[in-house]
Parts: sequence; structure tokens; C-alpha cells
Amino acid sequence: MSKSSLGLAALGVSSVLLLSACGGGGGSEGGAAGSFDQATTEVVNASEEQGGTLRYAISANIESTDPGNTYYGYVWNFSRYYARTLLTYNAEPGKTTETVPDMAAEMPEISDDGKSYTVKLRDGLTYEDGSAITSEDIKYGIARSNFGDDALPNGPRYFKELLADSEDYEGVNANPSDPLAGFDGIETPDDQTLVFHLKKPFADFPYVLVQPQTAPVPADADKGQQYQEHVVSSGPYKFEGDWTPGSGLTLVRNEEWNPDSDPVRPALPDKITVEEGVDQNEIDQRLINGELDVDLGGTGLGPAQKGDILTDEDAKANADNPENGSLRYVAVNTVVEPLDNEACRQAVMYAADHNSLQRAWGGAAGGEIPNDVIPPAIPGHDPKLDLYPSEGDKGDLDKAEAKLEECGEEDGFSTNLGVRSDRPTEVAAAEALQASLERVGIKVNIKQYPSDTFTNTQAGSPDFVHENELGLNIYGWIPDWPTGYGFLSYIAHGDNIKKAGNSNISELDDEEINEMLDEAVATEDASEQERLYKEIDRRIMETGAILPIVFEKSVLYRPENLTNVRFSAGYAMYDYMPLGTTNT
Amino acid sequence: MSAPSDAPEKQVEESGAAAEAAAKAPAAAERSLRQIAWQRFRRDKVAMGGAVVVVLLIAMAVLAPLLTKLFGFPPNEFHQDLMDPLTGGALNDPADPASGIDPWGGMSSEHLLGLEPVTGRDMFSRIVYGAQISLLVAFGATVLCVAIGTVLGIVAGYFGGITDTIISRAMDIFLAFPLLLFAIALAGVVPDGAFGLQGNALRVGLLIFIIGFFNWPYIGRIVRGQTLMLKEREFVEAARSLGAGSGHILFRELLPNLITPILVYSTLLIPTNIIFEASLSFLGVGINPPTPSWGGMLSDSLDFYTTSPHFVIIPGLAIFITVLAFNLFGDGLRDAFDPRSSD
Repeated sequence: MSKSSLGLAALGVSSVLLLSACGGGGGSEGGAAGSFDQATTEVVNASEEQGGTLRYAISANIESTDPGNTYYGYVWNFSRYYARTLLTYNAEPGKTTETVPDMAAEMPEISDDGKSYTVKLRDGLTYEDGSAITSEDIKYGIARSNFGDDALPNGPRYFKELLADSEDYEGVNANPSDPLAGFDGIETPDDQTLVFHLKKPFADFPYVLVQPQTAPVPADADKGQQYQEHVVSSGPYKFEGDWTPGSGLTLVRNEEWNPDSDPVRPALPDKITVEEGVDQNEIDQRLINGELDVDLGGTGLGPAQKGDILTDEDAKANADNPENGSLRYVAVNTVVEPLDNEACRQAVMYAADHNSLQRAWGGAAGGEIPNDVIPPAIPGHDPKLDLYPSEGDKGDLDKAEAKLEECGEEDGFSTNLGVRSDRPTEVAAAEALQASLERVGIKVNIKQYPSDTFTNTQAGSPDFVHENELGLNIYGWIPDWPTGYGFLSYIAHGDNIKKAGNSNISELDDEEINEMLDEAVATEDASEQERLYKEIDRRIMETGAILPIVFEKSVLYRPENLTNVRFSAGYAMYDYMPLGTTNT
Repeated sequence: MSAPSDAPEKQVEESGAAAEAAAKAPAAAERSLRQIAWQRFRRDKVAMGGAVVVVLLIAMAVLAPLLTKLFGFPPNEFHQDLMDPLTGGALNDPADPASGIDPWGGMSSEHLLGLEPVTGRDMFSRIVYGAQISLLVAFGATVLCVAIGTVLGIVAGYFGGITDTIISRAMDIFLAFPLLLFAIALAGVVPDGAFGLQGNALRVGLLIFIIGFFNWPYIGRIVRGQTLMLKEREFVEAARSLGAGSGHILFRELLPNLITPILVYSTLLIPTNIIFEASLSFLGVGINPPTPSWGGMLSDSLDFYTTSPHFVIIPGLAIFITVLAFNLFGDGLRDAFDPRSSD
């Protein structure tokens, strides 16, 4: 069945290719197809044609539509249809990890001491009822999602961590008559201005202002977590009716939105629909058949369809294979014996067969073999670094044995490896590592744990790790924003080792790394920052605490009816704002 | 000819001296029940086929190391040079990475059942070793639940009264238990080392315990019912009047007469347990990798069904054939022993 539908899709591709070759460039009608991986670096099917219904679907339920109550990248990306933020990621290919102003008139003005950020709003910002958006509404949105015991649960709390003069503030519900009393970390001298006061200089602060928590929320419309039923729109689209989890979401044009105030959104479709709870295989199949436009989750095709698409030259032209910004790695614990010895960890680094690990992750389409920790899209990545070279990436067994001797385990040793049982790719990688380490006498016992508790109570609990001697754990990391600090602070900074829900699973606590990280994030000079990150990157690899498996890649499928498609490294999926459709 | 309805006494004649008086019942057949059953069974070609396959499967599991040595490779040995790095499928021509994927999964005279996607492990060896786990767990669990079910069933049936009430209610409770959910939960919380066992020995023990311990009421009810019927018979009365104790009556008089239904039911329980073990492995609560199991292989195969269909079909067939063979064998056994069936 899948064969015949693929054949049809392929037919469409070739005829369209022919058309675009004659007509020169993508047109708005018919939809021109691109080539494999084209949307990773450029715009495919460029179009300014308005109209049509853009159809999304997702395999789970939407986490929440509330911009203040979400931690999933796809919601951060999607919610911008109806909830504008102060800054956002640049939609221009090649610059998608940079921030640009959205509601802000221009980039924030930073004080000399690096501790205050002043943001001016654009003129003509309005809600769906036509009333004006004020700086106080934005401050309110930040307050409800960050402060107090009853702050919205899902999102991160960077504002609470970073803002000064707000330690005693107990949230918007503590004082109903004046919900913002005592919240002095943000000043609103007038309706168009916000001044953020930080505890200490934090050069990544613009990335914090990209978060959907900076969307305006009118205080009298706030219903806590129930606000998700009907978010008051500040963007080009508004809710049609109410949303409850699983019911699906329909967005229609917001007539009060002022296009002159918004350089970010071309707002092409007339209507946007989201279907929830559709099986991943069905989503993939419908995308391929052209019955859907976008997989909202943004993680790409499931393993079964992936193989099919990648082996079909015609269908492959509609797929992109970008790096999705995440590092998949083995956390080599620095406390569990004998891996507490650096040389023993380095023996693991040398003995690992990276070719085999990459195959387990789906080969070249599943990810690139890394020689360092910081992914290529992030400044600080060092393509020249290669501390553990080997022929064909199959591991250097002689060096590994020398390192084993150095750490006093010349006959090898035995350790345990923790892995999430319901993730076949990770289990496959575990088996590949097991087989490659066995070559030098390191015996690995694989222990499987359920993924919903793994990061919190098993691998994420140092006590559990020590007790069960989990010297190795398979883990992955996607940063909240694409900078060296955003990427490394949680997985490599000694201060971030926690009793539960620990992300620094290696328990890496290296004074040099900690100091350099603190220094880098206080540095505004980009090239100096990059130098520091490179230095940290190198030092982490030296410690052998992180054994990289792949810089992961997704296989994203763009149906021919989808226009204006480009990959955003900031969101690690297609940028949803420019998308249009030829589907009516 | 039709079988005598008082066949059980015939058997007792061989087993219990105390029952001699009762055993003087008229012998309707010149052959023993076992002989009759064997003759019937032999004539049942389908059941014989099942029996042959069962024997072969057991031989395969026992001789796994020898078989893989002769016809395969070590079950955990990687052969990634034979695999396409992009899709994980077996290459048409290992020397040419661009030669495309072999739709037969790399089956050849070297790799009889092809190669496992990505790792290139030999499927034949993994199927053969997988039989060890499947059969070990299925047999172990069956023995456990037959042991518990028989003892409790016979006690409940013979003593009746409050004893029967307690045991019968316990059966109801066990039958109402959401076994699969419990198994998943238990397998998740049991640590890596417990009860003096480690790693896969513990996992196998755990699987046997879970499946065996919670399935005993089925056989318990059958045994209880049979016991209720048998305890009113003359040979039991006779034994009691001769002063035999409860223990003697239970295990020397009643039990030998229950062997047949127990044996038949056990044979039918084994395939159920094989499926249950496969389900648990499929859900990831079975044994730890890299040890192969059929359910685990089936679960791994789902990601590759478009490019390497043999990976789905072969473990699926293995489970199918095994379950079918045990079922046919068990059905044949039941028919052969059934006094009501005519030959």
C-alpha cells in the first residue's frame, strides 16, 4: 500500500521539477518541489500567496497552548501565531540561531555594567479585541509563569533565576488588588518600555527574551492554567472557540492584528488547524500523501517511514536532514569506580566504535559522528578537535589498552550501563557500545529503565547511580537556547549536580570548566566568548566524562503543497511563522 | 470400542496397595488406559506432527551452542560490514555500500535466516538461542503454576468447608488480577540483584515467578473439580476405612488419578506462557540485551518493517510455530485421554 502512494508522490515530484525548470523558480500554484536537504540551508517553495488552510497534526496532545506554561520547542515555535514575544529567532536561512526583535522595536539596550536591559515596544501593538498591548501586560506574563509557589508549572524559570530585586515577590495571586507589587526586577516606566535588572551580567539574556513567557497577558483575562482554553491573541491569528487538551485547535485570522507592527510574520494561510493524538505512522503517511502539511511535533519521520523515504530518490527530494541541535551521548560517570580514574574513562573513549554507534542511530541520516561536545550550530564548536582519533572511527584499541594499564585495570573491568528500555535507538546504541568495549576487556552489563523515571530517579539521581554502579548512562541534551552556556551549563557545570532530576549525569565537577563557564556567560565580546567555549569543549573531551554518540539529525518531510519552508536551528524544526500552503 | 467409564480405578491398581480392595472393579478393557491413549494418539497425525515439532524445538534449545557452531555465528557477534549504514538493512553486495538493500535480509548459506538490521547479528543463532529463553520461561512457569494449582486444588476439593472457601476466594482474587500491568510494574521496580540472583538469571526467575504464580487458579479449579468428584468414589472410601491418613489419600490415592487432566492442561498452558513471555519481552520488561528473545526481537523489528521485513516475519513465525505445535500436541493428548471420545 505504501509503495503505490509513494509512487504517486514521486510522480508529482518529477512533473513539478520539470515545471519549475521551465518556469524558473517556485510558483505559488502547484507548488514546486525542492531537492534533498534544501530547506536546511535555503527557502523552499518561496511564496507570498495568501489563503488556504494550513493543516498540522501531532502524535500527542499539545503540551499547552498557554505561552507561559510550556517547555516544548514546538509550542514555542507555534504559539507565536497568537502570542507575540519580545524577541524571536531570525527566519532568514543561515542566521536562524540569531535573535531579532518581534514586539520590541529594536534589540535591547544593555547598560555598561551588563546588568540592565532596556526594551522599547513597537507602535500599534494590539490584542484581538483591539485594545493596546502595554509593557505592564508583558511584565504580568513573566510574573505569572516564573514567580510564586503557584507559578505555572511547565515552563523554565530563567527570569526567577536571573532577575534582581524580586526575591520576596510571591507571584500574581499573592496580592489580588495589586498583582505586581514587590516585583521590582522589571521596571515599566511607561506603556512602551521595559527595563530588566539582572543580579549579574548574563550575556545570553536576549535568548531568555525569546521565550513565549514574554508574550503579553492581560491581567483580567488570566485564569491560571485554564488560560490555555482561550489565549488572548496578540498575533495574526486567534482561537476559534476554546481549546481543551486533545480536542484539536483551530486558528482564524485576527482582524485587529496590525501587519505594519510585525516584520516577522507574513501570515499567509487564512486558517490553521491542529489535529491531536494522531499516530506517528499515520501522520507520516498523510504527509507523504499530501493530506497534511506539517508534523507539529517537529521531530521528523518515525523510523519505519524514514527508511522508505531515504531509499526512494524521488521522495527523498521532499525531505530535509538537518542537525536538530541535540547531542546524544554516553555520560561516563566520574564517581563510580573504576571510572573515577580519568585514564579509565579515556580508555572508554578510545575503545568506543563510533562507526557502530552511528549505525545504531540510523547512520548518516541519524546524525554526524562528533569529535567534541558543542554542536556545529553553536559558537564554540571546534571542527578541528580530535582527541581520540581512530581509523574509520572504529576505535583505537592499542591506545585504549595503554590507558587501561595506566589506570591499573590492564585486564579490563566490569561496569553497568543504564538505558531507557522504551527507546529502541538508545538500546541499540547500548548494545553497540557493549560490543565495542568488550574488545578491550571492558564488560558492560546493560540495565534498562522506563523513560518516564530515568532522568529523575535513576540516571538523574547520583545516589541511585552510585548504588547500582551505573558507570555509563545513555542520555541526550537539547539546549534551551543555542549558545555554549545554554548547552553546557546543565550537563557539565559542577554546581548543577542535583539530588534528583540531575542532568549532569557524569557528575563532572571540574574546577577549570566551572570557572570558564562562569566567565564565558559574563563576557559580552563574542569572539572572546567563543574562545572560552572552545577551551571548555576541549577540556570536557579530555576528562572523558562525555562520550559523544551523534550530533543528531532529523528527517523532516515537506509535502509539495507547503510553501516558504525553511529550517530554524533556533527551534530545531521548520520555522512555522513563514509557512504557507497551496491547500485550499 | 468405547473406553470404560471407571478408567481411573484401573490406574490406581498400579499405584496404591491400600486401594486393592476397590480396584477389583470389572476390567472392561484388556489394555491399560495409557496403552489405549497412546494408540489413539499415534493415529492422530496432526497431534503427532505437533509432538515431533515440540521435540525438535526442545532439541534446538538444548543444542543451541552446537547448532550455532555448525550453522551460524555467536549470537552477539556484530557483522556491520554487511549492513547498509543508512537504513540498517543487509547489503546486496557487502563489497559495495551503494548496492542497495537485500529484500531477503541477507539470507545466504552462511547466514541461514539472514541478518539482524543495523548490527548484522546472525538471525539463525539468535532464533536458536531465543528458543532457550522462551521455552525455559514457559516450562518453568508451567511447572510452578501446576505445582501450586494442584496442591491447593486438591486440598480445597478434598477438605471442603472453610478450607475450600478460603482457597476458592483466593483463586477468584488471583483471576481478577491485572496480570500484565502487574508484571510490567514489578519488572520495573525489582533491582538488578535480588534473592541471590543477578542479571538475566534474575530476570528469567522473575518472569517464571510472575507468570507461574498468577496463573495457578486455572489449573487449581480443574483439580478441585476433579477431586470433588473422585473423593466420593469407593476406592477413597475403602482407603479411609482401612485407616489411611489424609496425606496418604491426597497424594497416593487422588493424585495419581489426576495426572491425566493435569498433564493435558499443562501442555495447553505452555503455549499461553510462551505468548505471555513474548508479550513481556515485547514491552521491554523481559530479559536484558544482548541476550536474544523472540518477543524482544519482534519488538525491535517494528522500526524496520518497511526495509527489512524478514526481521518481523522470522521471530513471528518462530512464536507462531511453537505455540501451534504445543497446542496441537496438547489437543491430541486431551483427545487421546478423553474417555468420552471414540477411536
